[in-house]
Amino acid sequence: MSELIKVGMADLKLCPKGQGITTLGLGSCVGVAIRDTATKNGGLAHVMLPDSTAIRSNQNIAKFADTGVKELVRLMEAQGGKRSRFTAKIAGGAKMFSFSNNTALVNVGDRNVEAVKKVLAELKIPILAQDTGLNFGRTVEFFPETGDYVIKAVGKPVKTI
Amino acid sequence: MGELNLDHVDDIYFDVLKEIGNIGAGNAASSLAQMLQAKVEMKVPRVELLDFNQIGEAIGGEEQIMAGIYVLVQGDIQGSMMFLLEQKSAQKLIGNMMSAMGMEPGGGEVLNEMEQSVLKEIGNIITGAYLNSLSAMTNLKITESVPDLTIDMAGAILSVPAIEFGMVGDKMLMIQTAFSNEDDLNGYFILVPDLPSYGKLLAALGINV
Repeated sequence: MSELIKVGMADLKLCPKGQGITTLGLGSCVGVAIRDTATKNGGLAHVMLPDSTAIRSNQNIAKFADTGVKELVRLMEAQGGKRSRFTAKIAGGAKMFSFSNNTALVNVGDRNVEAVKKVLAELKIPILAQDTGLNFGRTVEFFPETGDYVIKAVGKPVKTI
Repeated sequence: MGELNLDHVDDIYFDVLKEIGNIGAGNAASSLAQMLQAKVEMKVPRVELLDFNQIGEAIGGEEQIMAGIYVLVQGDIQGSMMFLLEQKSAQKLIGNMMSAMGMEPGGGEVLNEMEQSVLKEIGNIITGAYLNSLSAMTNLKITESVPDLTIDMAGAILSVPAIEFGMVGDKMLMIQTAFSNEDDLNGYFILVPDLPSYGKLLAALGINV
């Protein structure tokens, strides 16, 4: 298999059928994988924060759950995808440490997951599977051709959802 | 006293922040050396503005497994401080400490409860040494929370301070100093003040942002 397309933190990319896409070391961030079930093309967004409207510095739309997921969907539609055929799988949103000094960031992992679910519901994209929360980091690999979303975590068996 | 603007950071600020890294990490490294009864080499501190996708690479890749001891920095400045050790180094350090205390280390891949609390205590002492010297240097009151520990991928650990910077911009600024010794002990001291605290630190050292 060819090399995986890499998505950084606060980043999103498309992935054509036949290829794979990955993002490494998701902590409280959420990796949102979307697939067009007919064309079998897909994409992956690595969102850091739940809500672009709560923050003044919001130019990077890939950073937020609300704008990032919408942008990924827009790009997939621009490439001929149809939203009615899209499905999603999500992973991440962990709580890495038991505290944070910034009250706005308490439970940011949970809030990221909630925000992703909310925007996917608005867009009427069903979530087929998820591996979220708890207290460990995740590396994810997404293969839109099959829809497999592979999740790797330290000291845990590899899991495909 | 203003707030540091990450879009326009003067070279002199970097130099001053590196000096903070030098003195803080110097103190932390000597307290680590004392614990180990062995020499600990400190590298030149790195203070760089990092894009979010460069953060993992800055400490050997997002998937590098690290033991991270994390404390909140409180008092006149706010932020966090991390003492990161490569997994093998953490096991070695715990082994040394427990043998010195006459205890039997478990030695397994997964740290047991006793080993975890030993590592937290080591982290507490090391970060305390760093922050004490920072406090003495700046005359600022600086305290730390109880430590928390996680063993995970570097990317996931560093996403915690990164998300905080994500609330104000698209770059992160951290004061990072690597250390190592002949016994193949490798790790980092990382101080991540929040943005207003960078201004306070610089002001305390006579530089008005």
